[in-house]
Amino acid sequence: MTSTIKQLSILLAEGKASSVELSRDYLGRIQALNHTLNAFVTVDPDKTLAEAAAADARRATGQADALTGVPIAHKDIFCAEGWLTTCGSKMLSNFVSPYDAHVIERFKAAGMPCLGKTNMDEFAMGSSNETSFFGPVKNPWDTARVPGGSSGGSAACVAARLAPAATGTDTGGSIRQPAALCGITGLKPTYGVVSRYGMIAFASSLDQGGPMARTAEDCALLLNVMAGFDARDSTSLEREKEDYTRDLAKPLAGLRIGLPREFFGAGLSGDTAKAVEEAIAQYRKLGAETVEVGLPNSRLSVAAYYVLAPAEASSNLSRFDGVRYGYRTPEYKDLTDMYEKTRAEGFGAEVKRRIMIGTYVLSHGYYDAYYIQAQRLRRLIANDFAEAFKVCDVILGPTAPTTAFKLGEKADDPVQMYLSDIYTIAVNLAGLPGMSLPCGFDGQGLPIGLQLIGDYFGEAKMLNVAHQYQLATDWHTRAPKGI
Amino acid sequence: MQWETVIGLEVHTQLTTQSKIFSGASIAFGAEPNTQACQVDIALPGVLPVLNRGAVERAIKFGLAIGAKLNRTNIFARKNYFYPDLPKGYQISQFELPIVEGGALTVQVEGDKPGDKTVEKTVRITRAHLEEDAGKSLHEDFHGMTGIDLNRAGTPLLEIVSEPDMRSAREAVAYAKALHTLVTWIGTCDGNMQEGSFRVDANVSVRPLGQKEFGTRREIKNLNSFRFLEQAINYEVRWQIEQIEDGHKIQQATVLFNPDTGETRAMRSKEDAHDYRYFPDPDLLPVKLDEAWIEQVKASLPELPEQKQTRYRDQLGLSAYDAITLTGSRAMAEYFEAVLAEQANPDAKLAANWIMGDLSAALNKAELDIADSRIGAGQLAGLLARIQDGTLSGKLAKQVFEAMWSEGGEADAIIEARGLKQMSDSGEIERIIDEVMAANARSVEEFRSGKEKAFNALVGQVMKASKGKANPAQVNDLLRKKLGAS
Repeated sequence: MTSTIKQLSILLAEGKASSVELSRDYLGRIQALNHTLNAFVTVDPDKTLAEAAAADARRATGQADALTGVPIAHKDIFCAEGWLTTCGSKMLSNFVSPYDAHVIERFKAAGMPCLGKTNMDEFAMGSSNETSFFGPVKNPWDTARVPGGSSGGSAACVAARLAPAATGTDTGGSIRQPAALCGITGLKPTYGVVSRYGMIAFASSLDQGGPMARTAEDCALLLNVMAGFDARDSTSLEREKEDYTRDLAKPLAGLRIGLPREFFGAGLSGDTAKAVEEAIAQYRKLGAETVEVGLPNSRLSVAAYYVLAPAEASSNLSRFDGVRYGYRTPEYKDLTDMYEKTRAEGFGAEVKRRIMIGTYVLSHGYYDAYYIQAQRLRRLIANDFAEAFKVCDVILGPTAPTTAFKLGEKADDPVQMYLSDIYTIAVNLAGLPGMSLPCGFDGQGLPIGLQLIGDYFGEAKMLNVAHQYQLATDWHTRAPKGI
Repeated sequence: MQWETVIGLEVHTQLTTQSKIFSGASIAFGAEPNTQACQVDIALPGVLPVLNRGAVERAIKFGLAIGAKLNRTNIFARKNYFYPDLPKGYQISQFELPIVEGGALTVQVEGDKPGDKTVEKTVRITRAHLEEDAGKSLHEDFHGMTGIDLNRAGTPLLEIVSEPDMRSAREAVAYAKALHTLVTWIGTCDGNMQEGSFRVDANVSVRPLGQKEFGTRREIKNLNSFRFLEQAINYEVRWQIEQIEDGHKIQQATVLFNPDTGETRAMRSKEDAHDYRYFPDPDLLPVKLDEAWIEQVKASLPELPEQKQTRYRDQLGLSAYDAITLTGSRAMAEYFEAVLAEQANPDAKLAANWIMGDLSAALNKAELDIADSRIGAGQLAGLLARIQDGTLSGKLAKQVFEAMWSEGGEADAIIEARGLKQMSDSGEIERIIDEVMAANARSVEEFRSGKEKAFNALVGQVMKASKGKANPAQVNDLLRKKLGAS
């Protein structure tokens, strides 16, 4: 249960374990612990074991791929044929997808059984997993605390060893922030590397799927499965297939690490600042140089994000109208009444808040002042990164300003909640790849995340930088007590 | 007071692609409800649009055909509103940067009476943009509920918006017809109005003659025939003038035309107008048109109706009316040109007369398109050749034409088989004239006493005696000679 997927793949290849055995073990842990953690919305052992048996059969014929037989959990934002796909919402609480997302197709083709669908903030809108219709996920390090969000279920299940890996999606930090708060490794690829087809849209120009696992090496292996051109997503990039593990072993001598001065100022908790400083010291030991860089416009990223993401979301969520699928209010007078009640009852408070913000900023007379202005900021933010990457190979800083906070602590203060993503959002606005990896613990024993930001298509480089750190440290191997 | 009408049209043309604009589903008409709606069309969670290249190509073609500017970068935007037949809750359309901007169409407007000279009118086109159609709401047969058919959802449309350049229903109809001819001519739209492939919205306002500012307009939606377009505009104009003369103000509104009553009725006023919250669709990248592609499309364009009309007038010496009629459809013009090509001594006027006269009449009667004509261009040219060389009189030619229409065959074979050859042997004709003069001594007397009418009676008798085969010109000459000589 403490194995990485790399180790599991070796066990499978050597015939020391079968996929059915591994899947049974994880399903057993899910059964034992999910009622405490609430990390999964849907578990279907029969389906999982059937897929595992198929993977074993495939291996027996000599047709196995690198990860065939290794089970994985999927965020409930990915449509998976025959699986309930809720996106954490009452609106889709009855929606069984008739088709597979591109990402699901990829994992199926790789022969990786699905352990279940993980809990998440409703429509990926949240940083604590408290907006889920299915209740909050608990942080395995302290079940009175949030796991982060929106991919909180995926982060918690990997941290608690209910799954060796999981998929997540990241619109403003939804892979990296929960990875940080749960002490795991998560990667958001360059926008366009992973197809969005079948990934329920929150903010189309920002959403990107990515892997969440214990190590950078595992993330590289998983990205090899997930990445690739898909003609059904017009924003998917047509590039040559790459092996994201190719640079893992490269030494870091001569690496230039950019440290944005804006990421080390007020608002960063002392323990987090200290852990990140120690990580920087570790990198210097590994032969890297550090250089101070400026991201002067990143302070505007939360403001720009909370115009653009709600604007796109308000339109993306219009299809949930009770007409064709999903929740419909039981009683209504006429069409307008049906729409109003369905959406009033089907969406939670945070989703409604963002639909209203988005509707407002796109309205006639406000569009230029908000939407257009935010798009300009977005360009300025991207330009800052472009300047920074002229003098460094990778950017490093904290993933989140604090460690996991208490359930309910920020639930009534949206602005404080939004600031949880202050270090991650600029990366989405620029479309860059970013990741979070464990770099220590605070005084209460809660994990701290280190963020790496790569240049466009710099995933292999970023993974190399993360992997070398993980070879020299053991933060990523720590497991929550009692779990 | 003298009033002036101002009209601008928005025409939705359905493009002739195989599949939808953003999905692979078929757009064939008439399928069982919801059998041509894939997961993208019904807007399942997570699906994404992919632009159909064929739709863009057709828009380029249209832009080139009207001499418009093609925006090398054009953008799809979302038009947000809720309706059950709009599955995504937004329509993907183009807003700030449409694919086609500018351009114009020059049309010939008929005069007040048949036979009046036509007047040339140039209508400027504001823009043409690509968008997807919505599905259909079916209100009948569902016992108080509404059925939704999403087969049409995602069907590619090119919406063509004109400037408010038209000043009468007749001009609007002439423009709409010319546009219909053009889009079917270049093959971007099949033009089937019953099936909704060509739908017209008319923006209508009136103002005192001489006033510069436009009056407040009302938009008549979804007119699917030229007759309804004309009726609806005429009704709307009368209604607006009456309202103003009665001291009311026109309120901006969307109206529907009821073909049964011939009236227009307001559907929604400006106050209920939607705020569509347009913004660029983040699921679709800006469309970039490369020059090589545009050149390729340009090379594939056929000669256009306006170009043909000019050529027919200037080089073939046809009247403006003939030129317009012969370019009423591409098939018609192609037929005409095929006949000319088959003629040993091309006579455009003769060919035009036969095509616009007997052939059109026969096609109308049989409800056939000229492309499906029972008489091919080569056959008609064969018939015309026998008229040109004097073998057939006009009357005989009609008989040959009828035989050809009903039984097929070449003109020469029909003439041979039926003995319809014109009699041009003067000895033979003289013999008949002699007989006729002997048998109609009274008519001969009358003519000689100055009654010109009697001459025609004698010609008629000669033609009758020759079973219509005598060359009428020859009969005239010989008869006059004989009557004068004796």
